[in-house]
Amino acid sequence: MLNIHCPCCGVTAEETEFHAHGEAHLKRFGPGSTDDQFESYLFMRKNPKGVHFERWRHQNGCGKWFHVARCTMTLEVFGSYSAQTYVPPQDIIDKIQHRRPDWSAEAPAP
Amino acid sequence: MKKYSVFAVAREAMRHHTGWDRAWRDAQPKAKYDVIIIGAGGHGLATAYYLGKNFGITNVAILEKGWLGGGNTGRNTTIIRSNYLQDPSAAIYEKSRSLYETMSQDLNYNVMFSPRGVIMLAQTEHEVRGYKRTAHANALQGVPTEWITPQRVKELCPIMNIDGPRYPVLGGLWQARGGTARHDAVAWGYARACSDMGMDVIQQCEVTGVKSEGGKVTGVSTNKGDIACDKLGMVVAGHSGHLADMAGFRLPIESVALQALVSEPIKPAMDIVVMANTVHGYLSQSDKGEMVIGGGTDGYNNYTQRGSFHHIEETVRALIETFPMLSRLKMLRQWGGIVDVTGDRSPILSKAPVDGIFINCGWGTGGFKAIPGSGWAMAELMAKGQSPLTDAFGLNRFQEGRFIDESVAAGVAH
Repeated sequence: MLNIHCPCCGVTAEETEFHAHGEAHLKRFGPGSTDDQFESYLFMRKNPKGVHFERWRHQNGCGKWFHVARCTMTLEVFGSYSAQTYVPPQDIIDKIQHRRPDWSAEAPAP
Repeated sequence: MKKYSVFAVAREAMRHHTGWDRAWRDAQPKAKYDVIIIGAGGHGLATAYYLGKNFGITNVAILEKGWLGGGNTGRNTTIIRSNYLQDPSAAIYEKSRSLYETMSQDLNYNVMFSPRGVIMLAQTEHEVRGYKRTAHANALQGVPTEWITPQRVKELCPIMNIDGPRYPVLGGLWQARGGTARHDAVAWGYARACSDMGMDVIQQCEVTGVKSEGGKVTGVSTNKGDIACDKLGMVVAGHSGHLADMAGFRLPIESVALQALVSEPIKPAMDIVVMANTVHGYLSQSDKGEMVIGGGTDGYNNYTQRGSFHHIEETVRALIETFPMLSRLKMLRQWGGIVDVTGDRSPILSKAPVDGIFINCGWGTGGFKAIPGSGWAMAELMAKGQSPLTDAFGLNRFQEGRFIDESVAAGVAH
């Protein structure tokens, strides 16, 4: 059972109160984009063994969306942060690097 | 390979069973093969077997990072059915189901295929409409299924409570020729047959890199050294995305944990398979007497090979209403496997963007039933570059919008 903190309402609760909704920080593509860009936006997903950034929703709570940094190998939750960002904030990166010294943050997609 | 038969058993009984050979050779890698298959689970071994049997390609290595059949092949609930909605799905799953019927004879290995019948319960009005539609589609596809009434469901499975307050049984989609098989035996039988054809089944050989030159695959790096090949088949279910990363392409796949559990063994109580998709519960009784229960997936990407306890609770809580006798049973074991789920809940059998690499993945939560059909089609794809069974399952379908949408048709169950 994951313990997750909602940065919107400040509640820390078990995962049954939340719902995961897949990869965070997707760049949207719409009219005018190429087929490759659109396919990538709609279907291609990061599926890492290790550090993963995800969108979550506080479904049985405040109902708001936020992001969670999590390890898919150990189920460790590194922290959660606001959904109003294009990249993970520095304090989350620091927390992950503290726990996973080998891990390095990817440059944000152009 | 010595043939298994009643005479072999009688002969060995006379000499203290000292004459049995190993079922397959414990091979070490050669420098080069015509074809390398990554993943010695059911799908990988079946691919190798049909490459040899149907196309005479036997200079093949099957690499496995753990032990043979130790991934999802040994972790599923062994349900076999082919009552899918879309035509391409019905074609490959029905091919697969029909191959299961003769598999024990083909492989000279008892896979204990038991066509005991599968019911998919309709417990909401939505499911009633959905399954009636599927029954009509199956009639057109030549897959024998029928829509049955709640009374018929009760006759087929007397331990079921069909008028529960939350999840009443409104009918079911019945496939009389569906059933179960012994999952380990499927992997072992294929491995024995592959080894007999001269193929190398190499266990504890983890692929650490994929090598290519000028857009064409040349081999793989492993913890047992580099191995060259002309063609490479990736058949690794949950770890497909990881492997595709090594080869430098992406897949429309996310890996999640799916779990199952078994009860203590009891006397025979049900002789069919029941799938209750509304409550994410699948139930059958094994030959040992255990009630085998499959649950839903965890809702997030995960490689842990174990499931969340609250998902077990959800599954069992809901199943108890339909199967009240389950409430008295102790559960013995629980385990999880990593399944590779695509956006349309249909598999990918395709050439990869790198020349010479073929990929077979995305079977998601229902790969076991597809093992022989998937191997048959994948072997044809790898040998000839094209197969009528795999045409619709290409990677390009996501770009072209030709989805084989089984997610709406079947909910979570596959």
